[in-house]
Amino acid sequence: MSVKTTGPAVGTWAANDRIEQELRKDNPGRNKRTRSLLIVTALIVIALVTLIPFWAIFIGSFQDGPALMRHGLNLGIDLNEAHVDNYVMLFTDSGNYFRWFFNSVAITSIQVTLTLLISSFVAYGFAMYEFRFKATFTVLVLLLMTVPFEMVMLPLFLQMSDFGLLNNYAGVFLPFIASAMTIFFFRQYLTGIPKDLLEAGRIDGVSEFGIFFRIVLPLMKPAMAAMAILNGMAAWNNMLWPLLVLRSPQMQTLPIGLNSLLTPYGNNYDLLIVGALFSLVPVLILFFVFQKHFISGMTAGAVKG
Amino acid sequence: MSKTSTVDVARREARVGLPDSLSGMPSEVRKHKPGNAIKRLFFSRKAAPYLFIAPFIISFLLFWAAPITRSVMMSFEHRIPGYTEFVGFENYERMFGDRLFWLAVNNSLRYMLLTLVILVPIPLALAVMINSKLGSRKVKAFFKTAMFLPALTSVVVAGIVFRLIFSEGSNALMNQVIGLFGIEPNRWLRNDLTGLMVLLLLAFWRWAGVNLMYFLAALQQVPDELYEAAAIDGASKWRTFWSITLPSIKPTILFVVTISVFGGLSMFVESFMLWGATSPQNIGLTIVGYLYRLGIDRGDWGYASAVGVVLLVLVLAINLAQLTISGFFRKEKR
Repeated sequence: MSVKTTGPAVGTWAANDRIEQELRKDNPGRNKRTRSLLIVTALIVIALVTLIPFWAIFIGSFQDGPALMRHGLNLGIDLNEAHVDNYVMLFTDSGNYFRWFFNSVAITSIQVTLTLLISSFVAYGFAMYEFRFKATFTVLVLLLMTVPFEMVMLPLFLQMSDFGLLNNYAGVFLPFIASAMTIFFFRQYLTGIPKDLLEAGRIDGVSEFGIFFRIVLPLMKPAMAAMAILNGMAAWNNMLWPLLVLRSPQMQTLPIGLNSLLTPYGNNYDLLIVGALFSLVPVLILFFVFQKHFISGMTAGAVKG
Repeated sequence: MSKTSTVDVARREARVGLPDSLSGMPSEVRKHKPGNAIKRLFFSRKAAPYLFIAPFIISFLLFWAAPITRSVMMSFEHRIPGYTEFVGFENYERMFGDRLFWLAVNNSLRYMLLTLVILVPIPLALAVMINSKLGSRKVKAFFKTAMFLPALTSVVVAGIVFRLIFSEGSNALMNQVIGLFGIEPNRWLRNDLTGLMVLLLLAFWRWAGVNLMYFLAALQQVPDELYEAAAIDGASKWRTFWSITLPSIKPTILFVVTISVFGGLSMFVESFMLWGATSPQNIGLTIVGYLYRLGIDRGDWGYASAVGVVLLVLVLAINLAQLTISGFFRKEKR
């Protein structure tokens, strides 16, 4: 990176700027305060607009489903007509809703656990050893990182059908557990671990795998947390692939189940809106407890220049 | 079981003399018993890397290579349930005259370009604002949280809310808003332009916060000395931004552009949530949506495969071009 700070062009810029500064000199303090106020106002307005959909769904959960379907959703609520019937229905008569909830929790936990274990295992191989075709495999990981999964979903669907894995948890998570993105992230992290540590383990007679499980794995906790959140969010919110794989209503996850309530007749909108809101609860709780980890986890993919 | 690699012998010799308590492994492993081949494998440094990366290779073969191979083969066939015929390049020829295919490509490209236009500069500008010394810290923390929250929602939940906010009823939020300006209620999701607008708003709502965090993390890495030097040279704010900030965070900008390109090209669920599998005049039809329709809805696997193969080649080409331009491979080799 080169930053030009000298030269005639910059000189002219600087000159212009000095004139500007002269002009501003009357009241620099007030100028700064005005700009500060402008920024604060802009940020608050944008933040509030961003939160509107959350407020809308919250308000909607106290209204009649069929009416929402007909008239749409807005930010006001007639308190005389507000009721908690939708919540009562959610907990007493919501059909498969909690079955979907359970499926989502189960698939997300299995997928995250296996992804962390397998991807770190693979990443260790890439980070700590020299072997033939290493460069080829590394390029393969990089390529897979940016090929959208959707591009292979159709033939993969047929493949899963042949394996007999349709309508099965395994069919949903198996394609994702050797995650290229996660492998790449762990590999970057592991290259920072001193190799002397491994040598010490070898001298002590620990097997190559023992070194990984007993020495390296415990050192990877921060990276694990970040990837748990990234993969967890992806699994919890995944829609397209489970939609293909999970065919029966009992096996569906929350996103597909909720989507199946979205009929043109609007007869399920009561459950739909309260169910959608409730599906956010676990994620929001986890977010407010582990806020910092969430942000670093979900933005962990960025390559460091 | 007498075959022992030289490495193993050397390593075993290195261990000689170590008391069991120190060696940290069960003593039977060290005895030359038959049946120890597997255990010996665990101690071999030659085999280890291949065993470590084996899960990736298996996963690649099973879930990428095999399906893609199969797709290529099926793309030369005419397939209906119970009947398969080799038809050569017929499926590929069909694509050229297929209006829906081109519409889907057009819709996806348009969506991808427009998301780039809104999802890179705006979050970047907001990140610069947050990173500046002006304004209160509490407001900034609140702002960051508020912007990030939508990223936690699934497309399904976001889609449901947006559908209801942009519904046709006169009571729907957006119709109330335009009502303030005396505009008649709009059927937002029924025509191309407003439909696209809703899609873009949905994308912006869900992703702006994440991109903002990427940019913010990058901005905080830029060394203060650079800004101090610029200030000493009397550079204006604008000039500092172009000459110092932008070049310093270029890798992050490239990364965000990359994920936005692939996110945009592979968009489907957003459209699926707003319109279902078919939209009025196909305004919501995307590449992946078309694949879904051909394969899952129609079972036209031969043609679906051909479309899939063409798109995969396209994506791989963009991918390689981008990685080469951004110098990714050079960095890997180092």
